[in-house]
Amino acid sequence: MKARIIVRLKQTVHDPQGEAICQTFHHMGYSNITHVRQGKVFDIEVDNATESETKLLLEEIGRKVLANPIIEEYVIEMGEES
Amino acid sequence: MKIKVIVFPGSNCDHDTERAFRNLLDQDVEMLWHKEENLGNADLVVLPGGFAYGDYLRTGAMARYSPVMEAVERFAREGGMVFGICNGFQILCEAGLLPGALMKNACLQFRSMQVHLRVETTRSPLTKHLAQGQILKMPIAHGDGNYYADHITLTELVDEDCILFRYATPDGLIIPEANPNGSIFNIAGICNKERNVFGMMPHPERACESEVGSADGLTLLRSLMESLELSTQPRLAKVASL
Repeated sequence: MKARIIVRLKQTVHDPQGEAICQTFHHMGYSNITHVRQGKVFDIEVDNATESETKLLLEEIGRKVLANPIIEEYVIEMGEES
Repeated sequence: MKIKVIVFPGSNCDHDTERAFRNLLDQDVEMLWHKEENLGNADLVVLPGGFAYGDYLRTGAMARYSPVMEAVERFAREGGMVFGICNGFQILCEAGLLPGALMKNACLQFRSMQVHLRVETTRSPLTKHLAQGQILKMPIAHGDGNYYADHITLTELVDEDCILFRYATPDGLIIPEANPNGSIFNIAGICNKERNVFGMMPHPERACESEVGSADGLTLLRSLMESLELSTQPRLAKVASL
C-alpha cells in the first residue's frame, strides 16, 4: 500500500517559518498571499498489509514518531496498492 | 558519584560534559553508546548536547527511540536523576520525561551566544545549592530552543514550581529582549513534578572556567553534585551498617 502522512503545526502554535515564507512572497510581489503554514510530507509504502491495517499502522507511527502531539497534528491520505 | 553520559550519533558536547564532571568535579564518569540497553550502576544520567541523528524529523524525535532510552526512562520512572542539556533537553521532552516541546527559534536563526539565566527555584537537585534570583551566565548554541507548552502545562509548571531558569538581563529582569529564542515565559530550564528529571537549553558544561567567559556552569554542576551526595548518603549509611 502507498500512503501519505502530512504533518503540520497545530493552528494554535506559532509558525515563524510559514511567516517568513509569506513575507518572501510579499517581497516577490505576491501581495494577495496572506497566510502560509509550513508542514512536512511523508510518502510511505507498506508491504503485506490491507488498507485498514496500513491505516492503523500509519496512525501509530504518526502519533509516536512523525508528529509531536504537543505541537503538531497529522492527516493520512491513502494511496493505491503498490 | 557514578555518572553515565549517553552518546548518540551526532552528540557533540559529550566530551565537554565528561571533562566537566571528571576533570573538574572529580566524578566517576562512563560514556554509554546509545545502543546499550543497560545503564549499570548510576547515580546520574546525563544526556548531552549535540544534534542526535542530525536533528532529522524533529530534534530528539529519533534519539528518543534509541535502545538506551528505554533504560533511561525506566531509571527516571524509578526516581533516578536524569539531566538533559540542550539536545538532551529536547530528547527528554520528546520522550515525555519532561513536559512541553522545543521548537525552531522564533527568530529563525541559530543562536550561539552568552545568555543570563535567573534561578527561579532552589527546589531541585540542580539548583538546591544556589540562591533564588541568582544570575548565571553561560552560552547557548541552538536552532531549536524555543520552549513551548500549552496553557494548562504552563500553569502546572508554575503551580508546581518546576521552572528552574528563565532568560533574564544581567540585572535579572525577565523581558522579551533577554529571550534569545522566543521561549514561552522566557523559560530556559525546567524539571518534572517529581523533581528528578531536569533539562535546560544553555550549556553549563561549556561555562566551567573563567577563561571561556564564565565559570557559572561549574557552580551549577557543583550544586548538582552536592545534592546527589546528600541524596545518596542514606543509601551509603545503610550499606555501611550491613
